[in-house]
This record gives sequence, structure tokens and C-alpha cells, in this order.
Amino acid sequence: MAKERPAENRYVVRMKGITKAFPGVQALDGVDFDIIAGEVHALVGENGAGKSTLSKILTGVYTKDSGVIEIKGQPVEINNPLDAQRLGIRIIHQEFNLINHMSVMENMFLDELGQKPWGLVSYRTMRRRAKEVLQWLGLDVSPDRLVSELSVGEQQTVEIAAALSKEADVIIMDEPTAALTDAEVERLFGIIQRLRAQGKAIVYISHKLEEIMAIADRVTVLRDGRLIGTKATSELTRDEIVHMMVGRPLRQMYVRSRKPSSEVVLEVENLTVPGKVKDVSLVAHKGEVVGLTGLMGAGQHDVLRAVFGALPVSSGTIKVRGREVSIRSPWDAIRSGIGLLTENRKEEGLILPLSVMFNMSLASMDKVTRLGIIAHKQERSQADSYVDQLDIRTPSVDQQVEYLSGGNQQKVVLAKWLATEPEIILMSEPTRGIDVGAKAEVYRLIDELAAQGKVILLVSSELPEVINLSDRIYVMYEGRVAAELDATKTSQEEIGLYGTGGYTR
Amino acid sequence: MKAVKRLVSARQELLRRYGMLLVLLVMVILASFLSDRFFTTANLMNVTRQVAINAILAAGMTIVIISGGIDLSIGSVIAISGALGAGVMAGGSGWVAGLLTTLAVGLAFGITNGLFIAYGQLPPFIVTLASMALARGFTQVYTGGRAIQVSNQTFQWFGHGYISSIPVPVTIMIVVYILGYLFFKHTKLGRLVYAVGGNEHACRMAGIRVNRVKVAIYGINGLLAGLVGVILTARLFSAQPTAGVSYEMDAIAAVILGGTSLSGGRGNIGGTIIGALIIGVLGNVFNLLNVSPFYQDVAKGMVILVAVLLDRLLHAGGRTIRKEVDSGTDKAESARA
Repeated sequence: MAKERPAENRYVVRMKGITKAFPGVQALDGVDFDIIAGEVHALVGENGAGKSTLSKILTGVYTKDSGVIEIKGQPVEINNPLDAQRLGIRIIHQEFNLINHMSVMENMFLDELGQKPWGLVSYRTMRRRAKEVLQWLGLDVSPDRLVSELSVGEQQTVEIAAALSKEADVIIMDEPTAALTDAEVERLFGIIQRLRAQGKAIVYISHKLEEIMAIADRVTVLRDGRLIGTKATSELTRDEIVHMMVGRPLRQMYVRSRKPSSEVVLEVENLTVPGKVKDVSLVAHKGEVVGLTGLMGAGQHDVLRAVFGALPVSSGTIKVRGREVSIRSPWDAIRSGIGLLTENRKEEGLILPLSVMFNMSLASMDKVTRLGIIAHKQERSQADSYVDQLDIRTPSVDQQVEYLSGGNQQKVVLAKWLATEPEIILMSEPTRGIDVGAKAEVYRLIDELAAQGKVILLVSSELPEVINLSDRIYVMYEGRVAAELDATKTSQEEIGLYGTGGYTR
Repeated sequence: MKAVKRLVSARQELLRRYGMLLVLLVMVILASFLSDRFFTTANLMNVTRQVAINAILAAGMTIVIISGGIDLSIGSVIAISGALGAGVMAGGSGWVAGLLTTLAVGLAFGITNGLFIAYGQLPPFIVTLASMALARGFTQVYTGGRAIQVSNQTFQWFGHGYISSIPVPVTIMIVVYILGYLFFKHTKLGRLVYAVGGNEHACRMAGIRVNRVKVAIYGINGLLAGLVGVILTARLFSAQPTAGVSYEMDAIAAVILGGTSLSGGRGNIGGTIIGALIIGVLGNVFNLLNVSPFYQDVAKGMVILVAVLLDRLLHAGGRTIRKEVDSGTDKAESARA
């Protein structure tokens, strides 16, 4: 932690008794939150706990109803985002606010463009200043490159660079690793360490407790808009944080009530997708959860897409119950009893402006229509029964799906696939971006589905999840299957070794 | 907590849904004060007949816009379908052949648009801009720039006849809107129009054959343009090479006034008819007051801007409030979890 400083300088930000109500709901109720220079302060809580409301108040997106904010000992009012920027508070969003077709440096100095007389821009000065910041961050990218040409990790570093190009004492990072590869996460952590050493304060908002344990100095837990506590990370265990977040100990994250049979349901033979998947063969049995893992870009996601007909394959056969099926589009796959839960539910899983019910029947319209006419009663009772069965929290099935929390949205996507009555469910990152409580429920559902005899092919970049959910695991390396492992006998280390090409067959 | 939410969103919803209806009512009341001729049977008949053509086109345009597309070609498609239909009749065929030809040409143009948009993966704006020019060009070439007279009296009935004292075009409009309502509420295709407009990629990943849906959408729109081709030809006793110029703009204006979002996935056909009536009443009032048509266009432009701006404010207000309240429900729910 930071060295002791004179008391009045220790806190860059002190928020006291912050209260914020929205019509009908108390989003924040007397929350205290302080940030010390040179610390990484994690802000955790389930969806709706008030983390984002708190960070929005600090960055001037919302204004507080009551409470006091002090910056370096001085009481301040933050009424809009500009106020927050002037006070040295910056936020790096989960979804980047970069302009893709502009260069790195133009993005970094966006708000300074046009400030000179006649709207002129000094690209020389801009390039020099951009280079300095990028160099310091260890990003070897020319300031003239277009943002659209960069990887996700590089784009995020550009966001950080943009934040650092102005005076910033506090940098808020909202789910910064959501879209990063392991190597990129490592680099981000390196950058955070250096920012901390420079005396900057980082507020780190994340669902990923492993990361918080690794990087944060202190942790503040919110639940239902109230402060549960602020503690040094060294005094906490992962389970204690979970307990603080959900208000009770989670009984058991993972359950295994299923009994996989030896009946082969899915056979994939010599599947090849040019440039992505090379000669992959795998089998899955009735009632089995098969994990597919590897480094980012090792091809595991592409295998699922290829099996689902969403990626064109150059060779390979797919057999369902011994019968070869021709799958050239998702429509073919669905008719062969295959469903794919994609890793990005907002882009590929849901029609956000439509209702819960419409989303649920989307992939199986033919089951609720007769000669092109919708059977409303049947559609509604199907939706109601999934809401019950999956315990989806929504005011009604007519609610627009964009207003549901991430976990409930994910369950709607799952219901959409269950409605197609698939034998085989491909799941890509089924717990991405959902909170701990919802994760446990998704785990339980996966076990239940397998117990009903369905085949689950699971891709996840969270190794503990893969190991604890699967019965068998295929580890991929550079587009090939590097190993097939028994999930009950393997370890993260063994998977890691195969996943990095450590053993070769 | 839920009650509060329902109250807030209910009031917003009410304003959003009936805001434009309110605008229309105010306009009608103002109109009846401004001109004592407004509330005469003859005038009301006249207004609705004028509105009918735009309203029928706007119904099709509603489908296209909800699906996330746009169709600029319908004005020209009216002309080409009318010209070919009139040509067939001028060549000695009966009114049935004329009617079917006109409709078929409209449908064919629509389907062609759809094929290029869906399978050629081209932006609707560009495809329909091209077919707008193409269809107009064909019309000029085919007619040699001159009108084709239609003397068949049965065919003229589509523009001048009455069905129990309601003008035929108005009857057709009413039928189109009833069918449109049923289409969106009860058919699979109607549902898919919203789905494709809301998130095309997610539709493909859910196994929806999006290309077929698009072809159907533009086909329906072309067919409706053909239907207007019939009415217009009948109304004018002839097919004019310049028929339907800029009709697509009035149709788009009616759809937008009706509260349908140009970004797709949101909107409803009930709003569109109100939008079309607003435009129609506005024109009628100016005519009654003998205002120059030049000023009419200025006024129309301003009304569209103001109306859409109002709608935008209401809409944005409604959304933020709902969003915030909803994150609250999440909270209450995770508390229960």
C-alpha cells in the first residue's frame, strides 16, 4: 500500500454518506467511499448493488441527492462529466469510446482538437505528446495508426493513454478485462502497477474475484445500495468477498448430479476451418458436459461456430447419433437438434428492443405458429413456463429484454435454445459478464440439462469453470486438439501446459 | 416499488402512444376554427381520399423501416406499374389484365429490390435509389414522355367509385391497415420484421432465414406501390410518366411522424395512419385558406421537424427513467436472491 502521507493529502477522494434515489428505488443509501493516492481500490457487488451508480456520481453522469464529496480535502460539487475531468477523475469504460476510423493520437487528444484558432491542429505536437504517453505505457504502436487496426487490448491501452494525456489523479476502470486475452490482462496489470507507483489511484470495478485478489490493495463491497465494508485485500479471502457480496455463503458453486452414458450423440471428425481450426475431431456422449478450452484464439470458439454452421468449413464431417448431417447455416444446425449460446448475448443472442417472450420463441417460431399465424396462447404459456423453470426475474414476459440484468438476459437466451428442443447445446462463455449469484444458477442449469440427457459442449476461458463443470476436456492449441483429459483428474497446471503447446503428441 | 415504476412508465407510454393523436386532434380543432368549410362532408371526403394514397404507401414503408431498411423507389414504381397496366389496357385488354399487370409489376420491382438487398448484401438506400432512377427511366422510355389514357370505366372505379358512400381508395386504405395490423400482431413474418430490424445478426444466429424475410418485405412494399399505381391511374383516367414523383418522401414522413424509429426494430402501423392524416390535414387546411403550395412545403417541413423533436424528447425521457428504475428492480431482485 502507499506510504503514509500527511492526513489531509492521504485521500484523493472522500465520499461521505452518498445517497441517490431513482423513482421508486434507493440506488445508494448513505455510502462512504474513499480513495487513497497510489492504491488500487476494487469496487465489487452484484449487478444493481450500486457500483455503477457510485462511479457515475463520481464522474458526474449522475448528481447525488445528498452526501459530501471531497477532493484532496476540499469539498466539491460534481455536476457534469466536465467537472469530474477538471478535478482529475477519469473513467475507462467497459465499452470503449474510441472513434475507429481516426488515428490513435487523434483519439487521445480528441477534446483538444479544434481548440486552436481557426480550428487548426498541430499534428507535430500531438504526435510527440502521444509518443511520450504510449512509450511510458509500453505500447509499441505508431500514433498515426487507425484505432480500427488495433487489437482489443491495444485499443484499451489507447483509452488509458487518452486518460493519462490529461491531468488524472483517479482512474476508474469498469470491467477492464472483459474482452482481453490472458497476455493482455498481464500487460494491463503491469500498467496498473506503474500507475500506482506514480501515485495515481485506480478504482477497479470487476466481477472477476481472482483479478481483484491479485491486483487490489483494498476492496469495497456494496450490496443493495449500502456499504457492506471496506477492507485491505490481504485481510480477505475470495469466499469472504463472495459472502459479503451476496449476504450469505454460497452453498456450492458447482453441482454434479448427472450420470453421463456411453451413448455417442455428437461426433465431429477432421473439422477444418481455414486459418482457425485444423483437423479437429471430438465426441460427446448423452448427458455429458464436454469442456473445450485453450488460450484466446486457439480455435475453441471457432469449433462451436463451425459445428453450428455460422463459420464455413473447408472439410470435416459432423454426425448426430451416427447419422451424418450437412450443416451450412444455423438453420440447418437447429434442425439437426443443435443450439449455440453465443459469447456476446447483446450482439448475437438477443433482440434487445423485443420482449422476453418474443426473444424466447425466436429460434423456434415454427413450434408456436400454424401456417404462419402465431398461436399466442401457446407462445405465452411456453414463455411463462421457462420464466418459472429457469427462475428468470422479470416483471412479465412482455418486458423488453434490454431492461433485464445480465444474468437474466443470459437465461432468456438459454430459454430460446431450450425452446428448440435441442439434443446438443453449444455454450460459448455462458457466464461472461454475469454476477456470482447468477453464475451459480447457470452452473446448476448446465448440470440439470445434462442430467436430462442433453449434450453440452462448453467453451470457457475461466479454467476453474471448465474443470468443475465438465466431465471431459479437450485442450486446444493453435487450432488443433492438443489433449483430451478427464476433468476429474486434471488440474489447471496440466491444462495450461497443453494449452501453451507444452506437450506435443 | 413496482407500482411506482408502472405509473411512471404508464404515463410515458400513454404520451408516447397518443402524443401524435393529440397533435392531430389539435390540428383538426384549429382547422375547424380557421375554415368553416373544413367540417363539411365533401371536404372530409376529399381529405381522406387524398390521404389514402400516402397512407397506403406509408403502410408498406412502415414494414420496411421497422425492418431497418428504407425504400426510395416506390414513387417511380407507381409510375412504371401504372404505365404498363395502362399500356396493356390501351392494347385492348380488359380491366382485370390491367389491374393484375399493374400489381405484378409493382411486386416484381419490390422483389428485385429485395433480392439485391438480401443476397447482394447491399444497403437498401443505394439499391432503391438505383431502382428509383431505373423505374422512372423505364417509364419515360415506355411512354415516350406522354400520358397513356385509360377509358375502361370499370378500372376508373378504383379511383372514383364508392362502396356505400365511402370512396374506393379510402376503403382500400382501411382494408390495408386492418391487414397491416393483423400482419404485425398475428403473423410470423410480421414478428420477424421487428426481429430483423432489432438485430439482424442475432436473427441469423437464431436460424432465421433473414434473406427470405427481406425479399418478402420489399415485395410487399412493391405490391402496395402497384396498388397505388392502380388507384392513381384510375383517378387521373391515365398513366402519367411523372406520376408518384417524391411520393416516397411523404410516405417516409408519415412513418416517422407515426413514431417508428428509423434505426429499426421499434414502431407500429397505427402511428403511421395518424402521421399520414397529420400531413393530409395540414395540406387541406392550407388549400382551404388559399395558401400558396410553396408555403405548404415549408410548413410541412417544419411540422415534421417539430413533431419528431417532440417525440424524441418524450422518447428519450421515457427511456432514461425506465432504465434507472429498472436497474432498481435488478437490485431488489438480487437482494431476494
